[in-house]
Amino acid sequence: MSADTRQDLNSSRAPASQKGQQVTPSGSDAAGYIGGLVSVNIDGKDHKVPLGTTILEAARQVGIKIPTLCHHPDLCVAGVCRVCVVEVENQRALQAACAYPVTAPLKVKTHTAKVRQARRHVIDLLLSTHYGECYSCKRNNNCELQTLANEHGVDFYRFGHVTESQYPIDRSSYSVIRDPDKCVLCRRCVRTCIDVQEVGVLEAVGRSDKTRIGTYLDKPLGDVVCINCGQCINRCPTGALHANDASDEVWRAIDDPKKHVVIQTAPSPRAGIGECFGLEPGTPMTYQMNTALKLCGFDKVFDTNFSADLTIIEEGTELLMRLHKALVKKEPVALPQFTSCSPGWVKYLEHFYPEYIPNLSSAKSPQQMFGAVIKTYYAKLNNIDPKDIVTVALMPCSAKKFECNRPEMDSSGFKDVDYGLTTRELAQMIKEAGINLPDMPKGEFDDPFGTATGSGVIFGATGGVMEAALRTVIELVTGAKVESLFENANITPVRGFDGVRYVELPLPEVAPDVIPLLAHLIPSWDFLKGATLKVAVAHGTANAKKVMENIKAGGQFSQCHFIEFMGCPGGCIGGGGQPIPTSPEIRKARARAIYEEDAACEVRKSHENPAVLKLYHEFFTEGPCGHLSHKLLHTHYTARGKFIG
Amino acid sequence: MLVGQQQRLQDDIRALVERFGRKRSALIPVLQELQKTHTTVSDFAMQVVADELSIHPAEVYGVTSFYAFLRQESRGRFVFRLCGTISCELSGKSRVARQLENDLGIRFGETTADGRFGLEWASCLGMCDQGPALLVNDRVYTGVTPEQVHVIIDECKSTFGAHAREAVHS
Amino acid sequence: MTPVNSKKTPFTFESVEPESGLRAALGMSRADIIGEVSACNLRGRGGAGFPTGTKWNLAAAAKVKAGGTKYVVCNADEGEPGTFKDRVILSDHADMVFEGMTIGARAIGAAVGILYLRSEYVYLRPHLEQVLERRRANNLLGQDIGGLAGFSFDIHLHMGAGAYVCGEETALIESLEGHRGEPRNRPPFPVDTGFEGQPTVVNNVETFAWVVCVLSRGAHWFKSIGTAKSTGYKLFSVSGDCREPGVYEFPLGITVGEFLEKVGGQGAKAVQIGGASGHCVPASEFGRRIAFEDLSTGGSIIVLGPGRDMLAVARNFMEFFVEESCGQCTPCRVGNAKLLEGVEMLQRGECSMKYLQELLGLCETMQLASKCGLGQSSPNAFVSIVKHFKDEIMGRTLVH
Repeated sequence: MSADTRQDLNSSRAPASQKGQQVTPSGSDAAGYIGGLVSVNIDGKDHKVPLGTTILEAARQVGIKIPTLCHHPDLCVAGVCRVCVVEVENQRALQAACAYPVTAPLKVKTHTAKVRQARRHVIDLLLSTHYGECYSCKRNNNCELQTLANEHGVDFYRFGHVTESQYPIDRSSYSVIRDPDKCVLCRRCVRTCIDVQEVGVLEAVGRSDKTRIGTYLDKPLGDVVCINCGQCINRCPTGALHANDASDEVWRAIDDPKKHVVIQTAPSPRAGIGECFGLEPGTPMTYQMNTALKLCGFDKVFDTNFSADLTIIEEGTELLMRLHKALVKKEPVALPQFTSCSPGWVKYLEHFYPEYIPNLSSAKSPQQMFGAVIKTYYAKLNNIDPKDIVTVALMPCSAKKFECNRPEMDSSGFKDVDYGLTTRELAQMIKEAGINLPDMPKGEFDDPFGTATGSGVIFGATGGVMEAALRTVIELVTGAKVESLFENANITPVRGFDGVRYVELPLPEVAPDVIPLLAHLIPSWDFLKGATLKVAVAHGTANAKKVMENIKAGGQFSQCHFIEFMGCPGGCIGGGGQPIPTSPEIRKARARAIYEEDAACEVRKSHENPAVLKLYHEFFTEGPCGHLSHKLLHTHYTARGKFIG
Repeated sequence: MLVGQQQRLQDDIRALVERFGRKRSALIPVLQELQKTHTTVSDFAMQVVADELSIHPAEVYGVTSFYAFLRQESRGRFVFRLCGTISCELSGKSRVARQLENDLGIRFGETTADGRFGLEWASCLGMCDQGPALLVNDRVYTGVTPEQVHVIIDECKSTFGAHAREAVHS
Repeated sequence: MTPVNSKKTPFTFESVEPESGLRAALGMSRADIIGEVSACNLRGRGGAGFPTGTKWNLAAAAKVKAGGTKYVVCNADEGEPGTFKDRVILSDHADMVFEGMTIGARAIGAAVGILYLRSEYVYLRPHLEQVLERRRANNLLGQDIGGLAGFSFDIHLHMGAGAYVCGEETALIESLEGHRGEPRNRPPFPVDTGFEGQPTVVNNVETFAWVVCVLSRGAHWFKSIGTAKSTGYKLFSVSGDCREPGVYEFPLGITVGEFLEKVGGQGAKAVQIGGASGHCVPASEFGRRIAFEDLSTGGSIIVLGPGRDMLAVARNFMEFFVEESCGQCTPCRVGNAKLLEGVEMLQRGECSMKYLQELLGLCETMQLASKCGLGQSSPNAFVSIVKHFKDEIMGRTLVH
């Protein structure tokens, strides 16, 4: 269990039957306990482990692999699949290694005849109810059930095999597709949805052999309060959950000679896609991917970081205007301002806290801004009819698929973004094109949006949007260089993986002048002199809920000026469209890649992005939050509520 | 459901939540009381209960779908539960089952069209020495014979008026 | 059609003076109460047979988490097929059950008691509420019980909602907490982390009643009855093919044959001991003893007469488990369905010898790898019927 998915065991909403238990040392004077350590003998060898370590963890620490299925490093213990059973001395029954804490000296055997037979039977039983063929499955070659069957020598269906589909596939969602025929009832998705995300859309329903994972009254996923975050997909061991794949449509567009197909690539996929090609997590593939995308047939490859910088200008301006309104004009204004670039978070707020919609920045997400700019400015610049442009967005996200299909996202006169692809889907397309990504020579992004800053890159990690916004806001307001406050402009207090972070930033001095871009909106920074900027960061909607409840109760976070919310644990690098598996270590490695790319950037701050400044000069001539920018770069939200109709 | 009915249901639920406490452990008692007065736990009711107890509707559905005595579809004013377990089988429950189906005109798992009677199997009613046993709402009948089935049904019919008045909004 | 009184023998409970157990307990230290319960070797009467004294001792030693209290829970979710003695106890000796719970509360330091009553027994509720009300009025519940300053304890009823698995103590606690009745991982055990995370003692209805008798008459009296490992009397629910079905009190250690004579079940083909989760004992083994060291039971004795089809019996049991498994863990959820399929194949004469062996292997896995006692014991009947009645069921088996 990690800091970014779960703050503490007591906050878990899972019933205790589905929950890891805290073990308090009792009888610690007994033999075998030394300094909080307890001895455990695994397969004949003695080891010392901290009190309360599970048998599974203890075995892993000494290099013994015990197979698991319902266990996941991000989630509380379930102990339901029974694949990890082991023999514990003096116990009649086998014990689930994942759920058995070592609180007294134990002797464990991990692969006796009894254990092997039980594991094999458990796998046989799961296969007997698992409908679907491996070669027509999205998770072929990346399926934990398949791996288990392989490792345990399954060579026939001992207890039979279902030959007919038992459940229809639920394709109602733009983002997440459910295929219950492949479900093994490990309940990782349930624990993810209720515990990690606090959305509570998925739950075990019915009982006995009719138990299934269901939604409220078994309604289609598209009709319930699913926020499309796709975290369930990332933790599903089989193909029972997968994203709504748009790659066929994208291929069709590429194949159509009349279509000008452009793709924007977000920062997180490049930090993750290497995993799909056997590389270590955290191996950046930014420039290899550019070459591969061209080979696949995309006409232009742009960097979403460009519109991330644009977002910072728009959203930052909006924040400064809100502060100006509140402090100078004394007008009622919704504060703190919330970020709006995570579509999972946005839908979460629309469902669970619709009364806070005014706090949400009206700025579109980078994906949607880019779409709108391409079908207007870019089309005009290159003299292409926008109806012939197909915009594709490579995102680490399943919720982006829903976002681009929001009906209001058509301010360009066309669908701003036509298709959202996940990292996994693009990896598959690249493979289909016969390309081994790591072998690709490096290639550049295309102009005119090729220049991006480090600020855009770090959008991918939790705290990144806040850091990017702070770099710009600090410099604009104080006139001082960020580097004078934070070494190398790395605003480390907002970084990290703690679920909720709170930072105060005093502004003792302000700049004498407001930069020309904003001067018509805010005449002077004097109103911020001596003020303390209070900001916060939360990732994973369970953490977002904590912050929202605090705000509702008038707590510390209600005094914030700006809060970054990300729907997924770890931010976009842990998004629902990223390669499977995920774990705290994998997310950390991806974040490292992103911060390294930032550090290597020549330009680190959004407001210094020359291409963005050019865009304001040539196209959004009224400046940030001006008339045209409002039309193309800003949006509105829907109070959905949580009542399920 | 009419707005007035919804409002009444909401008020009922709030009163129950007051009585049992605004905590997860109140969930099953609240659902049981609701079912007593409304014969079912409706879609709307489940969502209101979830909201009142600060849990998700899917969690409420997970619970109602788990327990045999909770249900989101009406099983009728009188729910007939015939014990299907071994001792009652040994004492001839199969023939009673057949006669129940004949006299009620429905199969197990169904409800009569007029919404008066529902028929279900029960797992062991704890009347094993006096089987076959039949539970009708809160009343238990033992040593039931096929020819007695219609007597029990008639008994229900004769009390139906009184029960119907109790059920304010079904 | 009206239920009749099922008592076939006098119960010891009738001869124990009301409240004498509680009175004795109020005059003893907590350690002494637990000492007495431990010394008598009383083992849980629900079926698992865990020593009651040990359980109470663990709960007494466990620390209460901030702002809470310990709990005493009476498991009246009597769902085992063929068991109904708890219903009779609750009908006729409810006071004694509550008295036993109060003694338990005193012993472990609990302030709240809960009687978890299965929904099939909902008609007992008014009676039980009345008894509780009277006990409150008589200062047998509430503040300073029996004049013992600082001893406060009250009991409330909680209705089950129709799930056999809630007879498993951790599933029962899950149900009390408003969740699906799915058994928990153990450890930790309820005595340490039970209802609302607090130390909780869960005991069967009958166990609490025996506690009263033990406190009233002394551990030595109880220990003098039964066998070395199975002390005292036990109530048995008898049903099936015998002349006098009903509830009997016998000392533990009685042989199956002696038992059949007393209930008019001579000539039986087999006896199912321990309900659906118990074992099917053939006539050749009627010399075996009903006791924890041999055939343990929560009290269910189902007599199967000469003409009975053992496959039909097995099928009824497997249908029961397929309905009542909580569905959480793989061996129980899928395993029981596979066993039922197997019985149906046997009935149709379509089960190969090889497959029958596979199923017996599966039974072993279920017994070893299921998460709780339900899955671990659900194959017992199938295994014993296959073992003892091979002739009968093999006659319908096509051997390839």
